[in-house]
Amino acid sequence: MILDLAFIWAGLIAFAVLAYVILDGFDLGVGILFPFLRSTADKDLAMNTVAPVWDGNETWLVLGGGGLFAVFPLAYAVVMPALYVPIIVMLLALVFRGVAFEFRWRTQRGKFLWDISFAFGSIMAAFAQGIALGALVQGIAVEGRAYAGGNWDWLTPFSILTGVALVAGYALMGASWLVMKTDGPLRAAARRMAVWTGAVTIALVGLVSLITPFLNPLYLDRWFGFPNVLFSVFVPAAILAAMLVFIKGLRDNRDAWPFLATVALFVLSFIGLGISFYPYMVPPSLTIWDVAAPDESLWFLLAGALVLVPMILAYTGYAYWVFRGKVDPAGGYH
Amino acid sequence: MLGLDAIELARIQFAFTVSFHIIFPAFSIGLASYLAVLNGLHLWTGKDIYLRLFNYWKTIFAVAFGMGVVSGIVMSYQFGTNWSVFSDKAGPVIGPLMGYEVLSAFFLEAGFLGVMLFGREKVGARAHFFATLMVAIGTLGSAFWILSVNSWMQTPQGHGINEVGQFIPLDWWAIVFNPSFPYRLVHMVLAAYLTTALVVGAVGGLHLLRDRMDQGARVMFAMAMGMLIVVAPLQILAGDFHGLNTLEHQPAKIAAMEGHFESHPEGGAPLILFGLPNAATETVDYAVQIPYLSSLILTHDLTSPLPGLADFPVDERPPVAIVFWSFRIMVALGFAMLGLGIWALVARMRGNLYDRKWLHRAAIVMGPSGFVAVLAGWITTEVGRQPWTVYGLLSTNDSVAPVEAAAVASSLVAFILVYFMLFGAGTYYILRLMNKRLADRIPLTSIGPIRTAGITPAPAVDDKFIPVE
Ligand code: HDD
Ligand code: HEM
Ligand code: HEM
Repeated sequence: MILDLAFIWAGLIAFAVLAYVILDGFDLGVGILFPFLRSTADKDLAMNTVAPVWDGNETWLVLGGGGLFAVFPLAYAVVMPALYVPIIVMLLALVFRGVAFEFRWRTQRGKFLWDISFAFGSIMAAFAQGIALGALVQGIAVEGRAYAGGNWDWLTPFSILTGVALVAGYALMGASWLVMKTDGPLRAAARRMAVWTGAVTIALVGLVSLITPFLNPLYLDRWFGFPNVLFSVFVPAAILAAMLVFIKGLRDNRDAWPFLATVALFVLSFIGLGISFYPYMVPPSLTIWDVAAPDESLWFLLAGALVLVPMILAYTGYAYWVFRGKVDPAGGYH
Repeated sequence: MLGLDAIELARIQFAFTVSFHIIFPAFSIGLASYLAVLNGLHLWTGKDIYLRLFNYWKTIFAVAFGMGVVSGIVMSYQFGTNWSVFSDKAGPVIGPLMGYEVLSAFFLEAGFLGVMLFGREKVGARAHFFATLMVAIGTLGSAFWILSVNSWMQTPQGHGINEVGQFIPLDWWAIVFNPSFPYRLVHMVLAAYLTTALVVGAVGGLHLLRDRMDQGARVMFAMAMGMLIVVAPLQILAGDFHGLNTLEHQPAKIAAMEGHFESHPEGGAPLILFGLPNAATETVDYAVQIPYLSSLILTHDLTSPLPGLADFPVDERPPVAIVFWSFRIMVALGFAMLGLGIWALVARMRGNLYDRKWLHRAAIVMGPSGFVAVLAGWITTEVGRQPWTVYGLLSTNDSVAPVEAAAVASSLVAFILVYFMLFGAGTYYILRLMNKRLADRIPLTSIGPIRTAGITPAPAVDDKFIPVE
């Protein structure tokens, strides 16, 4: 049997992106909610829930970009210029929020500035990522081996919608993360925020899902052709189930449930996206096989990935284990 | 913008962002190793002072590292946004190397960073030492892979070219261990250690000037100067070997570094110490030179031929003046570092290392010199390989992304503003942290059980919260 390396790598890259969206999703979400936290104590606590892990979370983004460069170089070469503006905005936004983690503890007078920097950076990064996603779903003009459109092709009502939806989705994840990781007034506030960010997210994700199949005849066929329609019915049903868990968790004070349900929601949306996309890497013209690097490159990195990814998962798990449970406000900046 | 076209703007943008980025790794590679050593010494000797020094530098490390991470994330996307054609063509060869960097180095650093910064009380001293060690190994691993990438672009081998014009890997071993890589790796890692030693030495010197009995300052200063006297000569040696290697593979770069326009087929080339290279007339004006020395350094004899820029077509020559000057800055600083190291060694042997105020002042002045030398070295390297991105095979003009000049210009302005503002603030905070004495910042009590203070508001008991004003 000949292994389809491009297919395996598409799966691995998809995994890296999903891991990124979930992991950095909640810590960007904490940043997005920052303006809604009243007291400095709440802000300190909220930030401390993510401080030990944010760098690791963001490394999945580096793996997404670096992995694309390594195994699907053509996709990287086409998508980056096509999404030039949102990518640059995202990178700058990540600078704003990334430095805040340390800077805000280094000053009393300027602390509020870094709070703003943290919130602004988180919101813009999430928005830019959502826009990039929407632009990719819409499709990218390609000629030969290069991007063939203009600077602003990505800017459409649909991409703005996906941008807002992702901000809401990350905020939801951040809120349910805070419910899980904190106690007292912050937890109470987070519970309220989880409710309304949840409602907004569901509405927006629903809207995006309704529009997507009509952007491209391919997507329509994917969702409503037979036998896919069976699976298409399963995804919304599963999303409904996740929502029930979310609500029940909030109501019964099972503080991990809302977070897990939100993660499930993201995983399901991601699968939905995969259904629309496959086998395209850059819709509507480049499939994963068109953009894949030669097998020698795919093999070389796969050999390392098979050993290193499990190790990464193990020690990342260890780091989360060390900082498990509710964060103790009296424990200081752990 | 200013009449620059998209290519020039893309180059300036890349050069700007990577120059900012390298400043942080140059410091954090060395500092991570220093922290591992301090942590290990504490574990081994049980002496408080090492743990307090560890905590002192840990905070500074955290600020610098954060800036390194965010500026690095920018880099990993800039290949695509600015050099998309290059990315498409060279991706199959250098992409996997960068993939290994992420998998083997970035995750390692990031995964253990949290434990190293915040987890000592939770995991215990041994596991904490282990985490620190992993962070240090991660930074070295990332230098390994990224320098392999850069070196392959300088001295490509082990590849073929396929029907769509992509470089394809044929021999991974040859690619990773390409001819200039060992030299560049050694030189860069030594540079990082030097940079850190100089910064630590400057901080030690500053506090010794204020109080020569300051115990923390004494340990810092002695460790830094010890490092300096060992590493500075090694670095000069490594630089010499690096130059020989470059002569073999990129003779045009060496000719520009040396300011040799005419070639010397019979050897006997003079070493031009200073002068003004003039590309139009192909001469070095007002040159101060030492006869024969260049040949002696580069070929280790007086008669081997030494090429000059005249041997290369005009459009394959790097910009001479930049390369010539940046190289001289680096070398001059290298010797200045050696000088400082010798001075400290003499003081140490005479037993007055902590009393020599001028030595301490000199150490403060030399504090930033590592960063300057690193930047100068990279400018020599990168400008010297122009006009190629993959040496001799892919030209810079053919590498650029099809992005409009307006977009590149505005993002360039945004990068400049944001970087100077945010990294400027970070540098200021770091300097303020360094300005505090060890005894003020890390009181002895903070080493004991952390909760002794009872339920005080978080920042009060916590050595992490150190507002700088
Ligand atoms: C603290 C930093 C530092 C110091 C003191 C020196 N260097 Fe250096 N040099 C670097 C930091 C550096 C660097 C940043 O690490 C570079 C840039 C790329 C590289 O591989 O190393 C470099 C490049 C570089 C190159 C270019 C290699 C190439 O691109 O082909 C040469 C020939 C030298 N160095 C030689 C020297 C000599 C003879 C020195 C003696 C005093 C010296 N360097 C001191
Ligand atoms: C190992 C990592 C590095 C890689 C892979 C790399 C790669 C590149 C590439 C692709 C270019 C664009 C082509 C060009 O204009 O030359 C470039 C240019 C440049 N790089 Fe590097 N670089 C690295 C490290 C650095 C560092 C650390 C510095 C500075 C401190 C630096 C300074 C420059 C400069 C100044 C240019 C512009 C040269 C010019 O346009 O004339 N590089 N580099
Ligand atoms: C253009 C080339 C480069 C790219 C694309 C790049 C990319 C990156 C990225 C993405 C990060 C963040 C990693 C994280 O999330 O933890 C990073 C950090 C780092 N980079 Fe670079 N880098 C480049 C050049 C260099 C060079 C030349 C060196 C040193 C020789 C270097 C050494 C490091 C180190 C040690 C770190 C981690 C420590 C820190 O953040 O200060 N990088 N780099």
